[in-house]
Amino acid sequence: MTLEKVTAILAEYKEMDASEITAESTFEELGLDSLDVVEIVMKIEDEFNITLEMNSEINTVGKLADFIDTLL
Amino acid sequence: MSFKIIGTGSALPEKVVTNFDLAEFLDTSDEWIRTRTGIIERRVINNESMLDLAEKAALGAINSANLKPSDIDMIIFSTLQGDYVTPSMSCLLQKRLNAPCQHVFDINIGCSGFIFALDLADSYVSLKKAKNVLIVCCEILSRFVNWQDRSTCVLFGDGAGAVVVSEGESLIDIKFTISGNAEHLGIHPVAGNSPFSESDQSRKWLYMNGQEIYKFAVESITRDIKEALERNSLSPDDIAYFILHQANLRIINSAKQKLNQPDEKFPHNLERYGNTSSATIPILLDEVNRKGLIKNGDKVVLDAFGSGLTTAVCILNWIS
Repeated sequence: MTLEKVTAILAEYKEMDASEITAESTFEELGLDSLDVVEIVMKIEDEFNITLEMNSEINTVGKLADFIDTLL
Repeated sequence: MSFKIIGTGSALPEKVVTNFDLAEFLDTSDEWIRTRTGIIERRVINNESMLDLAEKAALGAINSANLKPSDIDMIIFSTLQGDYVTPSMSCLLQKRLNAPCQHVFDINIGCSGFIFALDLADSYVSLKKAKNVLIVCCEILSRFVNWQDRSTCVLFGDGAGAVVVSEGESLIDIKFTISGNAEHLGIHPVAGNSPFSESDQSRKWLYMNGQEIYKFAVESITRDIKEALERNSLSPDDIAYFILHQANLRIINSAKQKLNQPDEKFPHNLERYGNTSSATIPILLDEVNRKGLIKNGDKVVLDAFGSGLTTAVCILNWIS
């Protein structure tokens, strides 16, 4: 569920089809630089009503979704 | 009774440093800098002093107000650090202009300095302790950045912006947030050589956590502007121009999107000057004013954020 929501947020931000995004997709592969990641984090914070502190180990869509789950 | 801005001025160093110039000695590229910041070039002083730049901007503002330096009775100078630790830049500028000032002082509030200075000017003008207040924001960031650090030195530039403030009814709202924090953005002091000091006295530079500051900036701009507009029963649609602190084009674009407003309401010049800290807003205000873009009765939002950490928002009813 979290993965689907994160995928939807990313797809909307990058204006791409959600089917092109998998849990293994890295932010780099999706063409997201460090400031894009901040924008995504802000959207996720709004959507899930949480505060996210990013670290460089979270570099794929799946890892991000798992990290969000630990905060819910 | 509050204030109105009756004149604007600005001055930039002659020396232009392009992204290509930086790529000659840094591991970076025009494409990298441009896509992440929007900056194409910046100005950097070589043989001018801060006082030279400040004087030029001040005279521009005084002339555009149809005043003479002898009409200025107060100077507020916003800078991270002047040509000297002491005397203050406001004292030196008073001498250059030969202005008969009763009140002069420097303020060090970082990027939000211009709006803090407007608030101070408002107090002095409203209390009738000053008639024509000269505000000068002049920053020489090239003295503080590490020119071997590609993540920070590409972002900043040198420049000066000035306004003259007098009695009037322009101010609709002005508000600040302050949250002391040196973790994500700061500049260490110049080295000393005290034999008694137990701290590291070697020269250090400006440091910034780009992701944290980007987030702080985008969140604070949207929050501060929305709250200020709501307090005054205004909507973003009522605003003619949003003059935002010029740090990064992507911050401006993000705010624009969140406020759901068109491009033309967000003038910007950071592609030419980079981030000049407290000088960005008065330099941009001068450009917009000289082009005649702001009309009498237009509502204008000024918004800044930066080291402190501080944020500042101001809504003006422009009187020309």
